[in-house]
Amino acid sequence: MEAVNRQSFRDKMKSYQKHPGSFLLLLLVLLAAVFTVSVLVFLVGYILIHGIPYLKPSLFAWEYTSENVSMLPAMINTLFITVLALAISIPFGVGAAIYLVEYAKKGNKLVGVIRVTAETLSGIPSIIYGLFGMLFFVTALKWGYSMLAGAMTLAIMVLPVIMRTTEEALLCVPDSFREGSFGLGAGKLRTIFRIVLPSAVPGILSGIILAIGRIVGETAALIYTAGTVAGAAGFFDSGRTLAIHMYSLSREGMHTHEAYATAVVLLVVVLIINGASSLIAKKFEAPRK
Amino acid sequence: MNRVKEKIMELVFLFTAVISIVAVALICIFLFANGYPAIHKIGLWEFLSGKTWRPTNQIFGIFPMIIGSLYVTGGALVIGVPVGILMAVFLSRFCPKKLYRMLKPIVDLLAGIPSIVYGFFGLVVIVPFVREHMKGDGNSILTASVLLGIMILPTVIGVSESAIRAVEQSYYEGALALGATHERSVFTVVVPAAKSGIMAAVVLGVGRAIGETMAVIMVAGNQARVPHSIFQGVRTLTANIVMEMGYAADLHRETLIATGVVLFVFILMINLSFSLLKRRGGEK
Repeated sequence: MEAVNRQSFRDKMKSYQKHPGSFLLLLLVLLAAVFTVSVLVFLVGYILIHGIPYLKPSLFAWEYTSENVSMLPAMINTLFITVLALAISIPFGVGAAIYLVEYAKKGNKLVGVIRVTAETLSGIPSIIYGLFGMLFFVTALKWGYSMLAGAMTLAIMVLPVIMRTTEEALLCVPDSFREGSFGLGAGKLRTIFRIVLPSAVPGILSGIILAIGRIVGETAALIYTAGTVAGAAGFFDSGRTLAIHMYSLSREGMHTHEAYATAVVLLVVVLIINGASSLIAKKFEAPRK
Repeated sequence: MNRVKEKIMELVFLFTAVISIVAVALICIFLFANGYPAIHKIGLWEFLSGKTWRPTNQIFGIFPMIIGSLYVTGGALVIGVPVGILMAVFLSRFCPKKLYRMLKPIVDLLAGIPSIVYGFFGLVVIVPFVREHMKGDGNSILTASVLLGIMILPTVIGVSESAIRAVEQSYYEGALALGATHERSVFTVVVPAAKSGIMAAVVLGVGRAIGETMAVIMVAGNQARVPHSIFQGVRTLTANIVMEMGYAADLHRETLIATGVVLFVFILMINLSFSLLKRRGGEK
């Protein structure tokens, strides 16, 4: 395509003189691109510049007190709830995707329903998950504000993400792999676990990374499920994650500096997550093409 | 023995697949069952159209919050949709490959930033800016709209980009062959052909904006009244739930859950129209 309409820069300028409308459109498109990029650069830059000076060692003290407002317990809680939510969500998400791709027959009505509900789940805003978690896990199951209630709520929230990415990854595995495995006498289960799943690992991994990103940044779904108690928490204790910690700090208005510092940590985590996911995408998708 | 194992595992996989159905059913049941008593006691119409929200006097009308959500979402669309679609056009039809490799991660990063960080950014940058250079105390519909407009950008960009990329190359080539410039071909032929995909992107953006909670709470002012100008504060449905759930009891608590039900119904309608649009786009 490029070879066909190769134009010199001067030809292009001449053409724009004849078509001012086109030039205007070009300007608008460029403007939108510049706007998007500068918003991101400004946001990240502003928070890093204002936040990094406040990253003091006392913010990473082992114990939280109202003096040092340490974020370390919140970081531990975030790690804990992420692992817990993923431990619940990955088996179900991957299992569901395996059923949809490997077992379900075409035209199966159940598959249609599963797809619709998964799509519905991915469209539900986090505050609704939070309400549901509060009504179901906290109140009806009487778990109280707890890490477990928060993790269960998050697990449902990220389930569609893991399901969808795993499904796509499984669909990408060529049928010849399965046929080869069957041909060598392997059963269906063996084929799935030994042949299909291993080749789908990169896709599944990228889904998990996406899920981690959502969990780490989540606030609305956790306030009324995991609660806002500062300090490292066990399964049935209430505890705040880093995002909620930051919300509490910026709400109170007394700890703006510490809120900046927390924002820096959150941003760094997000940067690492995004970097990891594009690294995986590059590493595993390049040779396939 | 092996056959039994195969059968059992198939059932296990089926069970995991059914979980999403169970989850949606549970969410619907628990929300509607807990929200219904309040709506029944107050009356659906009074609840939806009541202009006063005064929990201490047992007056519960969520009309200001519905209006608030709609205003803020509308404002977000005014900013997010044009920029998002233009950016999608840039990414899919203007941008050289090398630049694309740099821009795509930027859009992804925009999608990955937690809403609480967006909210904080709005609080420390946009709110003071509006307060000093425009009108009011900065916590306003305008501020929330700008912030939400930025937040829905990646959604709008992502979905419309893939819609524009899905348009057949021959459309574009045909327009060029007829003598149209590159820009004209893209905007009068390719973009209209991707119309339903782009509409789906807008609808998805609406869903994100109307469901956004934490970022909005931090910049919108949260006054439960019908606003008269875009410089006034406003409370959204989502904010109403988070602000008061912490201390609400009895009927007050039930009305907050009912607020969630109203939001949920909005979202379900948006989801439905999104999948209808997507299906229509897919058929072409």
